Amino acid sequence: MNRVRLFAALLAGAALLPAAHAIEPIKIGEIEPLTGKEAAFGQSAHKGIVMAVEEINARGGVLGRPLVIVTEDNQSRPGDSATIAKKLIARDKVVAILSGATSSGCLEIAPICQTARIPFLATTATNPEVTEKRNYVFRVCFIDPFQGAVLAKFARDTLKAKRVALLTSVSSSYSVGLSKVFRERFIASGGEIAVEQKYGEGDKDFRAQLTAIRAAAPDVIATTGNYTEGALICKQARELGLTGPIIAGDGWEAPELIEIGGAAVNGSYYCSHYSSESTAPEVQAFVKKFRAHYTETPDSMAPLASDGLTVLAEAIARAGTTESAKLRDALAATKNFPGITGRTTIDEQRNASKPAVILAVKDGHTQFLQSIEP
Amino acid sequence: MAEFLQQLLNGLSLGAIYALIALGYTMVYGVLRFINFAHSDVFMVGSFIGYYAGKLVPENTIWGGLIVLVISMVGCAILGMTIERLAYRPLRGAATLNVLIAAIGVSLLLEYSGQVFFGAAPRTFPALFPSINFSVGGLVLSTNQLLVIVVTTLLMVALQFIVHRTKIGTAMRAVSLNPKAAQLVGINIDVVISFTFALGSALAAAGGILYALNYPSIDPLMGVMPGLKAFVAAVLGGIGNIPGAALGGLILGVVETFVNGSQWSTYKDAIAFAILIIIMLFRPAGLLGKFTIEKV
Repeated sequence: MNRVRLFAALLAGAALLPAAHAIEPIKIGEIEPLTGKEAAFGQSAHKGIVMAVEEINARGGVLGRPLVIVTEDNQSRPGDSATIAKKLIARDKVVAILSGATSSGCLEIAPICQTARIPFLATTATNPEVTEKRNYVFRVCFIDPFQGAVLAKFARDTLKAKRVALLTSVSSSYSVGLSKVFRERFIASGGEIAVEQKYGEGDKDFRAQLTAIRAAAPDVIATTGNYTEGALICKQARELGLTGPIIAGDGWEAPELIEIGGAAVNGSYYCSHYSSESTAPEVQAFVKKFRAHYTETPDSMAPLASDGLTVLAEAIARAGTTESAKLRDALAATKNFPGITGRTTIDEQRNASKPAVILAVKDGHTQFLQSIEP
Repeated sequence: MAEFLQQLLNGLSLGAIYALIALGYTMVYGVLRFINFAHSDVFMVGSFIGYYAGKLVPENTIWGGLIVLVISMVGCAILGMTIERLAYRPLRGAATLNVLIAAIGVSLLLEYSGQVFFGAAPRTFPALFPSINFSVGGLVLSTNQLLVIVVTTLLMVALQFIVHRTKIGTAMRAVSLNPKAAQLVGINIDVVISFTFALGSALAAAGGILYALNYPSIDPLMGVMPGLKAFVAAVLGGIGNIPGAALGGLILGVVETFVNGSQWSTYKDAIAFAILIIIMLFRPAGLLGKFTIEKV
């Protein structure tokens, strides 16, 4: 079922070289949710990675060797990421693994890469546990303690909310972690959690939870799950007459949110990693290239994945080898690397601290509202 | 109180969907004594036919919605007859277990060819019917939810009428009682069984469309969970019994909604299935089912 796709942009070029000097490409594993309910994340991240690989290979690759990506689909299913990680390490002998999967997926991959001593770079997993106590696991995005604080501050200061209803997806590590931080920070800033409700991944009916929320009459609804459920939550909340703002984390960053939710998503806000409306020259250059390539505007997952790959390629170049211990050290020493989503510095906990942006959904479009520095 | 009534209303509308799917399960079982596990996947195909047909008619119109509903029901009726002809008929007369396994096979075939043909990513179902929200004294009900309740009631009554008052219904019951004897008195059992599948699959298609209207994100595995719940509902009410399926669906929907709205929402499926086990312990034939001793 898992489709293996080899993207060897330069293989054609390599074929022109004399056969005796066949250069062995550098193999990097990629695990993405390309299908299933988190497909939007994987599709977007994959596009970002393919573009970055093509660019690096066009410049002559790394250490004079072209990069080859071995892509696997975890079908957004629990359990599949672990199996795929083992396969990539044992059979494909990849030098490192990149993944734009959710925190739950990356929490499956991380211990396997740690045991096998293969560097693992999570591009969008924000749950702090992913990198904790594992010195071979890194990430290029911010973490939920920061994101939760940003959301709590936004709800308290910008939306002037006193009472918030919290809706958590209990089967997602990301959602549980983000809700925890949000709850703590919002209460610490003088707010009150009026009511807490839970649901499971894949649920489609949220009317029961929303009816309970309606009875508590909150100023704002905070939901920390992903876009598929988020869109249905908005739809059903509006149907039940809940007109207040709905806020969410970066799990909402997908075009499907507005496609499925339609007008019901208007008047909601979410936290994300970058805005395509940013005037920064590197963002504009990336958006322009991406549009030329795929005729669509990239969401956050594409630039993050692209940054992840370039950080990895740069680390390989600095290490001068693909040997795993040296590559790990080089990754850990990443400092002030200029990317599309800001400068990446890997800290002692192997996380990157990056600014967060708040996007507002208005008239069926997302709009940049504010940027918050760490 | 308003919250309680709203939850009850939410539960009834969810239960009506379960009931609608359960009707198809129970009718096929009533005639053939076999559980058609592919039913929940015909339900999925029904909503995908609706998705593609929905692009051809203008959104938010009643006639457009009805046309899509009819296209999908006819399409699934044909699919149901084809499945019966290719997968179940060759096994007629074999042990029940063989047919059951074949049904599971057909179910998986539909799910995974669905992933190949429709793609595994969720699609957005178009708003076929105009949707308005009613609000009476704090109670909110959308026309889509109301539509489910009305259609389920109508189809249940129609089904009860077909099975008990028409010639083909009499033939269906005769086949159910004793296929050999039915054949001896001149009933063409192939036609009767084909008709049963066509009817059951058309019900599944109607269920698929109504489900997708309420929860407009559809994917090839969307039938699995509602199908399981509807199966539980059919067993709960007494499988083979048409009003029983409706009753089972409503009970399941209401229980699930109340659990979901409480602090124990994580356990909603556990509680729903625990209720099934308890009812089965005390009434093995289901709430409205008749207990019959099976001859071995």
